[in-house]
Parts: sequence; C-alpha cells; structure tokens
Amino acid sequence: MSGSLLLQYDLPAVAAATLCAGACALVGHFLTLRRTAMLGDAISHAVLPGIVLVFLLLGTRAPLPMLLGAGAAALLAAGVIEGLKRLFGDRLEQGAAMGIVFSAFFAMGIVLMERGARNVDLDADCVLYGTLEAITWPAAHSAAALADPAVWAAAPRQVITLAVVYVLLLAVVALFFRRLVAACFDPGFARSAGLRPGLVNFGLAGLVATAAVASFEAVGSVLVIAMLVCPGAAARQWSDRLVSQLWIGQGMAALAAVGGYVLASVGPAMVGLDRALTASGMIAAMAGGLLLVSAVVSPKHGAVARWRRRRAVAVETAREDLLATLFRQREGRAGFTPAFWRATVGSARLCDLAMRQARQRGQITGPDEAPQLTEAGLAAAAAVVRSHRLWERYLVDEAGADPAKVHDQAMVLEHAGLTPPQPGDATDPHGRRIP
Amino acid sequence: MASVLAQLGVTIGYNTAVVLAGVTLLGVASGVIGSLAVLRRRTLMGDTLAHATLPGIALAFILASALGWETRSLPLLLAGAAVTGGLGLAAAHWLTRSARMSEDGAMAAVLGVFFGAGVALLSYVQTLPTGGQAGLSRFILGQTAAMSAADATTIGVLAVVVTAVAGLLLKEFRLICFDRGFAAAQGWPVGLLDAVLLALVGLVTIIGLQAVGLVLVVAMLITPAAAARFFSDRLSTTVVAAGVLGGLSGLAGGVVSALVERAPAGAVIVLAATAVFAGAALLAPRRGLLPVAVRRVRAALEHDQEHVLRAIYELTEADGQTADRQTAIGSGSGAVALRRIAQHRPFAPWRLALAVRLLRLRSLLGRCYVMPGAVLLTPDGLAEAARLTRLHRLFERYLILRGGRDAFSADDPADFIEHGLSPAVLAELEASVAADAPAGAVPPSPHRLEQGARP
Repeated sequence: MSGSLLLQYDLPAVAAATLCAGACALVGHFLTLRRTAMLGDAISHAVLPGIVLVFLLLGTRAPLPMLLGAGAAALLAAGVIEGLKRLFGDRLEQGAAMGIVFSAFFAMGIVLMERGARNVDLDADCVLYGTLEAITWPAAHSAAALADPAVWAAAPRQVITLAVVYVLLLAVVALFFRRLVAACFDPGFARSAGLRPGLVNFGLAGLVATAAVASFEAVGSVLVIAMLVCPGAAARQWSDRLVSQLWIGQGMAALAAVGGYVLASVGPAMVGLDRALTASGMIAAMAGGLLLVSAVVSPKHGAVARWRRRRAVAVETAREDLLATLFRQREGRAGFTPAFWRATVGSARLCDLAMRQARQRGQITGPDEAPQLTEAGLAAAAAVVRSHRLWERYLVDEAGADPAKVHDQAMVLEHAGLTPPQPGDATDPHGRRIP
Repeated sequence: MASVLAQLGVTIGYNTAVVLAGVTLLGVASGVIGSLAVLRRRTLMGDTLAHATLPGIALAFILASALGWETRSLPLLLAGAAVTGGLGLAAAHWLTRSARMSEDGAMAAVLGVFFGAGVALLSYVQTLPTGGQAGLSRFILGQTAAMSAADATTIGVLAVVVTAVAGLLLKEFRLICFDRGFAAAQGWPVGLLDAVLLALVGLVTIIGLQAVGLVLVVAMLITPAAAARFFSDRLSTTVVAAGVLGGLSGLAGGVVSALVERAPAGAVIVLAATAVFAGAALLAPRRGLLPVAVRRVRAALEHDQEHVLRAIYELTEADGQTADRQTAIGSGSGAVALRRIAQHRPFAPWRLALAVRLLRLRSLLGRCYVMPGAVLLTPDGLAEAARLTRLHRLFERYLILRGGRDAFSADDPADFIEHGLSPAVLAELEASVAADAPAGAVPPSPHRLEQGARP
C-alpha cells in the first residue's frame, strides 16, 4: 500500500469513521444513562425520508440542506410520536408508538428512494451500510502536498461536516454538562432545582439526531445504534465515574473505528481474499467486540473478575469449613471426617484448592486423607466454631429461632468475618461448649 | 379501473397468487403474535432478533457454497437466521445480567453489532464464486417479486402453524401477559410459556424476513396489533382483529408491490399497515378519533342547548314570573333578549347563536316579533326548560344536603352532572331530595339568580 493511497483513501475514511464514532459515543452515553437507547434507533431510521426528499428536490448532497432535511424529519417523527402518546396514551404503549412511527418513516424513505432516486448515487446499500469507502481526498496525492493549504481546502466534505458536528456536540455537552447529568441521574432533583429535565430530554434527542444524521453517510442508518450504545457501555465496565467513562468511551470509539477499518481492509488480504469487507459493518462488529472484551476482562465489573471473586470466597469458605470439621473431629464427634467435608463441599477441585490454602497458611499438616490441625490451625478452627456457636446462641436467644433449625443459617453466617454478638452463656443451644 | 383489472389479469399468474396468499397469511400470523408480543413487551426483542439474523443468513450462504449445496435454499438460510437470531437474544440477555446494561441498551447494542457483522459478512459473500448472492439483499428490505411459489407455500404453512399454536394457547398467553405472578402462583409453567411465545415471535420474524425484510419486520408485529387495540378492549377480539388487519396489510402491500414497478415490497407492506393503523385510529367505532370527536361535539351542542333553555327559564323567573305562571311566559310576555342570556351565562357568542338556531329547529324556541334579538320559549320549550331547571335544582339540593356543599358551590358541579343521565339515577335523585317538590314542579333555586350571581 503506497503512501499516497493511504493519504487519499484510508486517512479520510478513518478520520470520518473516528469522528462519527466519537460523536455518537458522546451523545449515546447519555442516551443509555436515560435508558432510552432505542430512541437513537428510532431517530436514525426516521431521518431517512428527510434526506431522500432533500436529495430528490435539490439534487444535492451538500451537508447543510441534508442536515436540515434530516432534522426536519426527526422533529416531525418526534412530534408524531408525542402526539400519538398524548392522544392514545391509554391504549398505545410508548415503545409501540415509537415502533409504528419510525418504521413508517423508514418505509416512506425507502419507497421515495426506490421510486425517485433509482439512477442516482443514493441507494439502499448506502442507506444501510453508509459509504465510508467513497470518502476520498484526491488532492492529497503525496505527503509533500499536505504543506499546501489548497489541499486542505479540498478535504472531503464528509470529514469536514463530521468534524464540525463533533466539535459542536462536544461544546454543547460541555456547556450543559451539569444539566445533562442531573436530568439523566435524577430527573426529580433536576426538576426541583429548576433545570428543566424535559427540555434537556428534548435537547438530548436533538443531539442524537444531529449525530445520527452526520453519521448517516459514513455508517448508514442501522449501524448508528451500535456506535451510540457500544462504546459507552464498554466504558462503563472500566470506570464508575461519568467523566472518566466519557473519555474512555471516546477512546473505545476511536479504537473501534480504526480497528474496524483496518480489519476490514487488511483482514481479508491476510486470509487471501482480494476484496475488502464493508468497513462500517466491521466497525460496528469491532465496537461489539470491544464491549464483549470489556464485559469479560474488566478488573472490577468483568465476568472473569467476578468469577474469581466468587471463587476466592468459595475457597475461603471451604477452608474454614475444613478447619471446623477437623475441630469437631478432635472434640470426638462422630461423622466429622475429611470425607464428610468433601461431600458437603461437593466440588473436588474446590476441596483441593481449600486444602492447599490451608497448608499454605500453615493450618494443617499430614496427608490429604487425614490432615491434622497445627497450632495456628487449631486457633483458626476454634475461631470458626466459636463464631458458629455464638451465632446459634444469638439466633435462638435474640431472634427466637428453633434450636433444631439454626445450624444451616449459622453455617452461612459463621464465614461473614464479623465479630459475632457475645451473650454470657458459654454453651451453644445444643449444649456444646463455645471455644 | 378497467385498466387496473386488465393489469391484474395480466400480472397475477399462479405464482403471484400464491405469493399474495403467503404474504396475507404472514400478515395474519404477525398480527396475532404481535398483539400478544406487544402486551408481553416482546417487540423490542423481535426487532433485535430480526437484525441479528443477517450474519446467520450470510454464514448459511457461505457454508452452503463451501460445501457445494444449493445456496438459494430457503430453509437453510432461515435456519442460519434462526441460529444467530437466537444467539443475539442470548447475548443481549447476558449483557443485561452481567454487563450492567439496561435491557433496551443491551438490545440496541446487539441489534447494531450483529447487523454490522452481517454487513461485513455479506461483503465477503459478494466475493464468492457461487451465484445467487444478489438474492440475499431481499432479506434486508424484503422482496416479494423474487419469491417462488414454493417459498410462499413454506411461509404460508408456517404462518398457519404459528397462528394455530397461538390460538390453542390463547388462554395461557392471556395469563402471562396480564398477570405473570398470578399465573406462576396458579402453577402454570410461566417460563415455558414465555419461551413458547418468544419462539413464536422469532418464527414470525424469520418467515417475515423474505417478504418484509429484517429492518422493517418488527412493524408487522407492532402496527396491526396497535391498530386492533382501537376496536376492542378484549384480548380475544383484539387478537382476531389484529390478525385480520395484518392480513389486509400484507395483501394490500403485496398487490401494490406486484402492480407498481419499483415499489419495494417490505416498505409498501409496512406503509399499508401504517395506513390501516391511521384508519383505525381515525375511524374505529367508539374509540377512533373521529367518532370520539363527533361524540364530544354532539354532547357539547346538546349541553349548550340545555344551558340556554335553563338560562331563559331562570331569567324569566328572575323577572318575577314564577314557575307556576308558565302559561303567562308561554303567551309571549316572557321574551328574553339574547344579550341577557350571554350575560347570565358565559357563552361564546357563536355557540350561543348555534344553540339558539338548533333549539328553533327543534321548535323549542320561537322568535319574538315585538323585541328584535330576543327569543321566546314555545310551550314544548317551556316544558323542557322547566324539566331541566328542576333537574338542575334537584342536583344542587342533593349536593347541598348530601355532599356538604354550600348554595353557590353546588351550581357548577350540578351543571356538569345534569346532562344525559340514566332513568335509574334520576329516580334515585327524585327519591332522595324531591320530597317537598312534587313531580313536575320546579323548586326554588338555592342561590340568587340575577345578573352577576355567577362569577
């Protein structure tokens, strides 16, 4: 791949994809916070007839008329949805109203397009997938040409539009950040503080419409929803603070755009195909991949981390149960053997881990089949059994539970690591000494 | 008309007829399932599932071409669609449970991502040496023109099966739609029933892909169901109505897209369904906008007339002509200027004029030839005015005696209540407060009636 091709074809496409993903991620984050993600889907579908009509009537793809037409269509759709809600709120749930309106608008756009714009460069494919590959910068034929201001003036209009929209959205979000946050997290508080959450919602819908329309050419009308939702959702796995989430979301969006584009253009060549894949589709898939990876590996909320935390608790619990079993065996109570313990734990792997942990902490010695408590192990085991019996005492004395039924509950509570309440009685409800 | 028929005669061959039948049955099935899915809030899932079928269709095509099978086999492609559609729903479920996402966020993410993956796979499919790739795009926006009679038959049969299952399980679905907790407490297998309903939604979505396309197929679930809600509040009736309306939409859309060149079937079918919805919302008896508006206007006209009659009665009464001198009023001495009526009650001028005109048409009011701009009660009008005034005052007394209102604050509520009451209520009212007002007599007003008495 030569340098000029990179400048003329790949750079503008990647720039457009990155700006589009960034803009969508920014406003989409608030959309997901408001739990109205599907509104983004509805808006991105509803703009189609506006775009097609402008194209048919004016014969232009200039950004401003397109944005205005799309905005008008989005506004009209929002108005119709609101009108349906007001008129028939009792027999038409909101999701249904939205579904009816956006599918009708989209269908109208498709029919208009097929009937009117058949032979011009607006077709179903570019509505559905966008035309990222068509964004080119012919003037940038070499690196040296970049020094010429005229080359910059001839930068592809899609990229310029997206850049302007991106900066605009960034500015609006920064300016109204507090209002947005208040309206998203606590509409009731926002209302009482005079922050007009209804107005903010309306403004948010406007921001989403702007992002969706600007992204229309790059990724089409369906993939916008992936751009709106995925980067923010991925970012939420990594941080609990909104501002950090927004920045991480921007990073995720850029990663999805660049990664998806590279994968689409280079990936097929690596497996011996001579044709690139549709970049917009790949970018959406990449955004989904990032979400999946984040949801699995994030250190705090990830599936792996949560599994490991649960596992650690399970091992700890099994080890304490082992110590308590050995303690009861020493007390001379029948049935409390390592084999009994293995049966109650169930998983052999868990038993091995618990046994190993107990050895590492110097709490048991001897063979696995008949381990002996060490000095330290005896103290730890006494603490567990003490906890168990004190809890039993407490459940019977203070909570009025039936002595015959408190054992299982105490089996759970004894591991909580709390200092159990200490009644004066030195025996448990079954008459055994509390160590 | 003749040319349209000729065109119909020319274009509707055996194949088209079968396709139309298939699309109609599909519409029926989606209407029936949709009305249950909307109640159970499963339409979002339908949309996500539909979009998530794209990678499955592309993968099935790739698999078929790699193994040398028939790449245009509908069952194979639809099986692929079902696999990734189900996978998409499972992914959304997992994201909701373990990635701290709201349900609609997870659905939206899966919808976009799976569709994106499908788009990328489709561009790979285009590079394959096997033919038939172009046909895949019909799954996105729908195309009935390319549907074979065999495909349409498959779709029709599946649609009938889906409808039949929904019909058989209607009672069970009704339970889980309206009160899942109760159904579970009664020992119904709610999890299983939910799964069956979801499977039916998925099946309708998947058989709808070819005709309507995956972007818009959810509209076939939502729109006829929403339209049917205007015809009844009973689930069984709604389900049947949704089936009929869905079938109509499918048929109309199919016919238009067969007759008109370059009319994409999916979009046309959805627009037909939208038109049906709009028609139902406007015209449905009792609940449509128009009947409701007509009812409101009629009621308003009727109430205006009643208020005018009573105003005239009250004004003549205030002039010193008591209720027992009805004949004297009727004889012409009781003419009342319209200006005074407007002062007595806050009427919009045009509404007063309209009410007077209607009362004249009903021969309840006569023109007064002595005083221009004044009206006169006819004997019938007088009787009606006396009846209305009596009713109003009985209500006022009821509100004062039983409702703890004072004399003035009883007037306004009585104004609202007095119209169009059932005989049973009237009888109860008579029995309750008319002890000292014998039938037909107008009791005195509990409050002053001269000008300005009403704020």
